[in-house]
Formats: sequence, structure tokens, C-alpha cells
Amino acid sequence: MTLAEKILAAHSGKDEVSPGEFINVRVDLVLANDITAPLAIREFQRLGVSKVYDSKKIVMVPDHFCPNKDILSAEQAKMMREFARQQDLVYFEVGRMGIEHVLLPEQGLVLPGEVVIGADSHTCTYGALGAFATGMGSTDIAVAMATGEIWMKVPPTIKFVYRGKLGKWVGGKDLILCTIGDIGVDGALYSVMEFVGEAIDSLPVDGRFTMANMAIEAGAKAGIFRVDSETQKYVKARAKHPYKVYQLDNDAEYARTIEYDVSKIESQVAFPHLPSNVKPISQVVDIKIDQVVIGSCTNGRLNDLRIAAKVLKGRQVNPELRCIIIPGTQQVYLEALREGLIETFIESGAAVSTPTCGPCLGGYMGVLAAGERCVSTTNRNFVGRMGSPQSEVYLTNPAVAAASAVLGRIASPEEIV
Amino acid sequence: MKLKGKVHKYGANVDTDAIIPARYLNVSEPEELAQHCMEDIDSEFLAKVEPGDIIVAETNFGCGSSREHAPLAIKVAGISCVIARSFARIFFRNAINIGLPLLECGEAVDSTEAGDILEVDLTTGAIRNSTRDKTFTAEPYPDFMMGIMGAGGLVEYTKGKLAGGL
Repeated sequence: MTLAEKILAAHSGKDEVSPGEFINVRVDLVLANDITAPLAIREFQRLGVSKVYDSKKIVMVPDHFCPNKDILSAEQAKMMREFARQQDLVYFEVGRMGIEHVLLPEQGLVLPGEVVIGADSHTCTYGALGAFATGMGSTDIAVAMATGEIWMKVPPTIKFVYRGKLGKWVGGKDLILCTIGDIGVDGALYSVMEFVGEAIDSLPVDGRFTMANMAIEAGAKAGIFRVDSETQKYVKARAKHPYKVYQLDNDAEYARTIEYDVSKIESQVAFPHLPSNVKPISQVVDIKIDQVVIGSCTNGRLNDLRIAAKVLKGRQVNPELRCIIIPGTQQVYLEALREGLIETFIESGAAVSTPTCGPCLGGYMGVLAAGERCVSTTNRNFVGRMGSPQSEVYLTNPAVAAASAVLGRIASPEEIV
Repeated sequence: MKLKGKVHKYGANVDTDAIIPARYLNVSEPEELAQHCMEDIDSEFLAKVEPGDIIVAETNFGCGSSREHAPLAIKVAGISCVIARSFARIFFRNAINIGLPLLECGEAVDSTEAGDILEVDLTTGAIRNSTRDKTFTAEPYPDFMMGIMGAGGLVEYTKGKLAGGL
């Protein structure tokens, strides 16, 4: 069995599972946010159950439209807060909250070998730690809150092997964008993407989160990494409860194996309006931009901010655009502050915000007008994703985003650093 | 269960931001969500759609976010069924869970144009295009999913299971 199959078998009380099989899976953690929780709570109440199955295994995070962007979103956040208090759930209030997929691993709430489901498609982020994590809808979350179990169809696993050494400004974002560009937005439909190879071994955990995060952009059910010393180092300092590391079998069967030589991969830019519409930075010519966003569950971690600061240090954001930088959690914010990164950002003319998903989904804190173009370190560039249906979003890594903020056009950091 | 309706046709990768833009997700009432269904890719949709109508689309319908608001908006807007070459996995689950029937049938997609009338038999998976006098068969649902749909959705299915003791 593959790593994903091992975890699913252990969580469904079976010795073995195989792709296509329907199983009932015990979940270790259930997640919802201020957009998806209200529907989940309503469905939970329809189930006629008074208490959740385990209040310490259900997390609610007000991160999408919070701090509340308007009266309606305030009502939704209030409904979630009241339910979380009434049921004594794990809840992070504004001031302590962060973007859920940056926050939960940081807080040691998701660990290797676990099954995590969340009413947010980017729940697949936790695969970076060797967990089986997948996004579901509010009704699935309601049922899992009530019973601690959920049905799944065992997905096949596709193995992605990354050989060679990464270039200077190339990171996890570029590997995953390049991969999605190669296989397409449904290239891993209903499958698990397992990421391996020497470039992965040397990739910091923050970069692995970025890759697992965007598995859904290839249609995958989950992205997963094997647990190594880097994972253990990250997890040991944080783990809030014991965990088990599963080993895949030597004869694990993969649906496909796809290999890349990463030394040939440049920084990537995903053009509107699909994450698969990628070009290497060297082929991007003179695209003027109006806004840059650095942050999100994809690239809002400390390592991302360090890279952005390296490019912005001693330079100025182009006066013809706005640069908005959003640390993923309060802890990331604080560490960035202590390292002087926030000072660098503000001195360069960037706006720095409290953690929120806001601009990534066109909620607030950087919504685009018709005709505007944005370079963003987020994960989706669909029509209207960040605002007007006539606006455009280009997805990049934090280094390209920061260099573009300085030059006012999509640009490589090589041009200025 | 038999359905009949006029076709609204779309291309590949119709994402959940197109089905219901996130700027409207500060509410969760299905009737309000339905007021903005498909608005960024088809501003005429709400004016054209009639109860029972059918959406036909290419590959990866419903890709993107996990928002259950997307199938809810489609269902409450009056759509009785979505037929596509393939569906994104979270959208597929959500639709089954809330009782919006989906069928995968590439041949039906190839031979159907906007405005055609389709008759769908969910039990057999038969799809008849009465405008062009052609019949196709979609992949039948696995028994497990038929159980969820037969119960009227995942909440009712789970209620039944809970009543019987897990």
C-alpha cells in the first residue's frame, strides 16, 4: 500500500484498502471556517444530535471575512462563535487566529499519520506533514462533527519525483505550478499526489505546505509527503498529542509516476484564468500590474516573508501599484516583526495586515477593480477570483511577487537583487 | 426518478467562483445564493433558467473551492440535474450530499447543444435528447451512493444510520 492507503486502512479498521473501495474513515480532526461553518452548523442541527462527537477534535477559525468585513459576514462569524462556545470547540478568536492552514500545523493540531477533513478545499495543505487531509463540503463536516466518521472512496496515488537541485529563486510554489501546468487542472482528479525526490528532501517544510496546498488545483483529493527528519523537527516542537508515522510498503502500487529535473525549472507565472496556464518567468514580457499580494494559506509563512523581505530590503514599492503583505498567523507576524521583516515591508511602502484570507477570494483587503491586474502568491486565478470579473490574477512565488512590486511589472528578482 | 428540461451548456473547468462568486458568501441562505448563480460567466443565466432545466458541461465541472453554496445555488436556481464529461471531486460529493443529481456522460455532452430538451432517468442513467432524437447512457451510481441519494441526502442517510445505532 502507498502512504495514503496505509493511513486510510488504519483509520477504517482494515488490514488493507485498495483504490476505488468505499470505506468509512475515522477522522482525527474536523475543521470549518466563517464561510463554511454556518451551513455545517445548520446541517448538524438537522441531524438531531445535541453534542459533537469530541469537542477537542473540532476546530473553527474565523479567517475568511474576519476581522468582520461587513454586517452580513459579522452575523456569520457570530453564529460560528456562539456554536463553538456552546459546544466547547477549539476556536481561535481574532487576535489569536490565523489563516487556518497556516495556523493548525503551527499550533501542533495536525500531525503525521492523521486523517483531517475540513470544509475548505485547501485542507489538503496538511499532507506536507504526512497526514491524509482533504477538503469537503459543509454537510460532510456536519456528519463528521456528529459521528467522528466520514465515507470516502479510496483514491489512487500518483507519484511525482523531483530530481536535481533547485535554482536560487525557485521554491515549492514553482514546483507545484510547473506540475499543474504539465498535468492540467484535472490532471490528478480524485487522486493522491505523493511528492518525493532529492529536491523534496531538501525543501523546507514551508515549501512542502505550499505544494500540498495546491494539490487541489490539479483536482487531487490530497497531496502527501513522506515523514523525514525535517517533518519530525517541525512537528516535535509543536505536537499537542501523540501521533504515529506510517511507512509505505516497498511494493506500493502507483497509478502513474511522473519525474521532473528541477534544475531546469525556473520561477513560474500562472496567467489568467487557470492555475495550469503557466509560463517560466523568462518568457514573461512587460506585463504592467496594479497590485501585489503576498500571503495566504499558500505562501503566508515565515520563510515566504523572509524571501519577500530579501527582495524588498532597501528598495521601494513602485508608486504606480499597491503591495499588500499578510502574515499567515499572529505567530508568523510576531516572528517577522522580531526579525525586522515588517519594518522592511513598511519602509518599502507596502501595507501589512493582520492575518486574513480576505484578498485571495475577493473578500476584502485588496479587491480588484475592472481592468486591474494583480500578481499574487495565492492559489487561484479564476475569473473574478480577487474582485471584478474583468480583473486579472497572475500567480507566482513570493520572490517574483516582491520583485514585481518594485518594478511595477511581472519580473524576476534576478533583475534587481 | 425522471427529469426533463432545457439545456444550458458550458465549457470545461467551470469553477465554484463562477458558479457563486465569493463576494456573495457573506450569506448562506440558498435562495439568496441562487440570485447570483453563474453571474460572472453567464449574466443571462437567471433570466433564461426555468425550473427543471439541465446544465451540460465539459470536463472538471465545479473545480476550486469546497463551498457547498455552489451546488445549493444551482439547485435552488431551478436546475434539476448537471451532466458533464467529468466533475471535480468535492463538488461531486457536495451535490450528492444535498440531493442535486449529477451524471457523467461524454457522449451526451458531445451531442447536446444549448436549448435542446433532455429527458433523464436517474435510475437507469438513460439520457434522451428529444430535440435530436438520440439516447445515451451515463455511468450508473455505485450502490453506496444510491443509498445516500435514495435517503434524500447525507443528513437523512446519517439520521437513519444513527437511529439504527452506528
